[in-house]
Amino acid sequence: MLEKALKGSRRYWVWIFFLLVIMGLGFLNYLRQFTFGLGITGMSRDVSWGFYISQFTFLVGVAASGVMVVLPYYLHHYKAFGRITILGEFLAIASVIMCMLFIFVDMGQPLRVLNVIKNPTPNSVMFWDMVVLSGYLILNVIVGWNVLSAERKGVPPPSWVKPFIYISIAWAPSIHTVTAFLYAGLPGRHFWLTAIMAARFLASAFSSGPALLIILALIIRKYTKFDPGKEAIQSLGKIVTYFMITNVFFLGLEFFTAFYSKIPGHTASFEYLYKGLEGYGRLVPLMWTSSILAVVSLILLVPPRFRRNETLLAIASIAVFASLWIDKGFGLIVGGFVPNPFERVTEYWPTLPEVSITLGVWAMGFLTLTVLYKIAVSVKEETAGGVEYEH
Amino acid sequence: MINRRQFLKIAGISSIAGLGGISVSNVLKRNWLEASQVEPDPKAIVGKRWGMVVDMRRFNTEEDYRVVMDACHRVHNVPDIGNPKQEIKWIWKETYEHAFPSQEFENPYIEERLKEKPFIVLCNHCDNPPCVRVCPTKATFKRKSDGIVMMDMHRCIGCRFCMAGCPFGARSFNWRDPRPFIKKENVEFPTRTKGVVEKCTFCYERLATGLIPACVDASREAAKKAGKEPGLIFGDLKDPNSEIREVLSSNFTIRRKPELGTMPSVFYIIGG
Amino acid sequence: MYDGGKILIGLIIFAGLVTFPLWNNIGKATVKPDPKIDTPEIQKMAVKKCVEPKAVMKTVHMKMLNDWRDAVVREANRVYIADDGKQYAMSLQNTCMKCHSNKSKFCDECHNYAAVSPYCWDCHIKPKEKET
Repeated sequence: MLEKALKGSRRYWVWIFFLLVIMGLGFLNYLRQFTFGLGITGMSRDVSWGFYISQFTFLVGVAASGVMVVLPYYLHHYKAFGRITILGEFLAIASVIMCMLFIFVDMGQPLRVLNVIKNPTPNSVMFWDMVVLSGYLILNVIVGWNVLSAERKGVPPPSWVKPFIYISIAWAPSIHTVTAFLYAGLPGRHFWLTAIMAARFLASAFSSGPALLIILALIIRKYTKFDPGKEAIQSLGKIVTYFMITNVFFLGLEFFTAFYSKIPGHTASFEYLYKGLEGYGRLVPLMWTSSILAVVSLILLVPPRFRRNETLLAIASIAVFASLWIDKGFGLIVGGFVPNPFERVTEYWPTLPEVSITLGVWAMGFLTLTVLYKIAVSVKEETAGGVEYEH
Repeated sequence: MINRRQFLKIAGISSIAGLGGISVSNVLKRNWLEASQVEPDPKAIVGKRWGMVVDMRRFNTEEDYRVVMDACHRVHNVPDIGNPKQEIKWIWKETYEHAFPSQEFENPYIEERLKEKPFIVLCNHCDNPPCVRVCPTKATFKRKSDGIVMMDMHRCIGCRFCMAGCPFGARSFNWRDPRPFIKKENVEFPTRTKGVVEKCTFCYERLATGLIPACVDASREAAKKAGKEPGLIFGDLKDPNSEIREVLSSNFTIRRKPELGTMPSVFYIIGG
Repeated sequence: MYDGGKILIGLIIFAGLVTFPLWNNIGKATVKPDPKIDTPEIQKMAVKKCVEPKAVMKTVHMKMLNDWRDAVVREANRVYIADDGKQYAMSLQNTCMKCHSNKSKFCDECHNYAAVSPYCWDCHIKPKEKET
């Protein structure tokens, strides 16, 4: 099926070329980082994780959200999602690849990365994160590829794929739970030390991921002959709505515990993020942007009348995605490091090379996504939108 | 004739056999070395649980601090990066209110002088070290024999999970090659390379050859010269007859962030 | 065969790339590595003998150094008892290189030839060599 990615319109190739250029720039900057060290980033002794790890955290959520289309289709026989499960699975593949690359570019000694396998350490959550992420990648490749090839041949997928599908459904929340455990078990970081961290992660994942899927589905409908289907998009809209409400609710819970208890360790990071601490407040405008976007998205999502309008749904999806990207793909990680263990404030802001490397990894992800979606859409165009099978 | 399927099977099996062959030869090689023997240096100072008392009554002048910090940073080739965001430190000063952040809430009316007084801080060599718990490669580990929280720089992949895990800010990362920033190299000890995490190791390399930690040694020497008591006391917490136990039982001491349950083995005498 | 021409061209390019190291080095004179052990420190020794016999050192020094570093850093065992019963402090910087003070003529000679670059010297300080 790979050959389908080699035949495309002019627009397709321009897009591919554009992504390759961004990747190339990112790679050049990575070479600089490789020779100089991570000192070319904005990270510091106090904020020792930055853009890379926060992108990783955010994208694990996007990857996990693939389950939101797979589960209703396979467990509840929800037909409308039959056409788009492959989009969810392929989005998961691209996201996991990005996650792995973000971890890799964050390593101080990238050439020693296999030490994690050479010296397996079950007490480290990082070890388990590696296990669940690679497992999830393999599961989605197996399932996505086999289901799509079967569809192309006009036959039902082989029966041995079924168990993998069910495993992948259970596996998806695990990848994001384990990622939350990276943070939620550290004794000195009050901002992260919260039992609902994993729940918050899942809620934000299951809203930002499907929001991205809505945007992608609308783009596919506009530029290809394959229509993911109005009903599927509307159902995704409902999923985004419920999980976005949950996500905002969970954030509210954090605020309550911090500010009603007034325990200084619990309030400090929130103050830094939303109000500024000891005169430092570089993230404040961003965090408020995130909050406003969240409110806007809920206004557009909650009333069915607005949600049914696909333009408004698209705007809401963009708002959800942007809001959660700021909240989780930036604020959550940096906020956990401010104030530092000495209750001093060191601020973080990414440097240009760091941003370029980050964009390079995103471009690599989008390239993977484009190629996979191109294949999927070409198959769908051939079979006129997919054949439904009893399963 | 063999068909493609059979060919692939044979190819697969023979490559597995090939890999097996490599591991067999590895085992043979290892056996040769295992036959050779290694043992601790007989001069080594051994303890069951190393700990330290920082007697802040003995730190008054700039010089009192400088002596211990310099002694450590000199023997361990700790660079002076000059940029606070990327600095590397094993033992340094931090004012009382920042070294013990929760104390600020315990008593806001303590003397201004104490609030601002610099305290000596270093890795706490916790009984329950979160950094060890989170390390994905066992590059940082707690020695069973004496409780030292060690760093194996050979193994560190630079993921910095330990820095997120440490509640005491005791760990430094090499954001760049440290060598240009080392004024005078101690050729008996390695430097570090970019991309690894480092911290105080209670001078495991000195203990192993019969020397007490460099900072403690420097503190003793300076005190002897001045005819005073040393500011740093090092010893075996598990030995009831040790000097450190005597100091701990006869003075009121506190530890940093005890509420986190990491059980630091560095104690502080606040003094007046 | 469909597209036979294209496949053949592809195969030729592939074969060319795979064998690049071979034909790139054809005709280039390679100097056989000749590690030197004639440092002043070794000259002074009454019995010129390394930790283990030369043949053993040649084949397993990498494995040995690897084991040494684990023994020292991870198990706090610092003393190596050689086959002949002699004891040595296990230290690259303070034992090996004290005799083999000619890193460029001892280590690099073979490592360059074999195109391996162990990262020992990223951290361990190499002995000062006289410019020759």
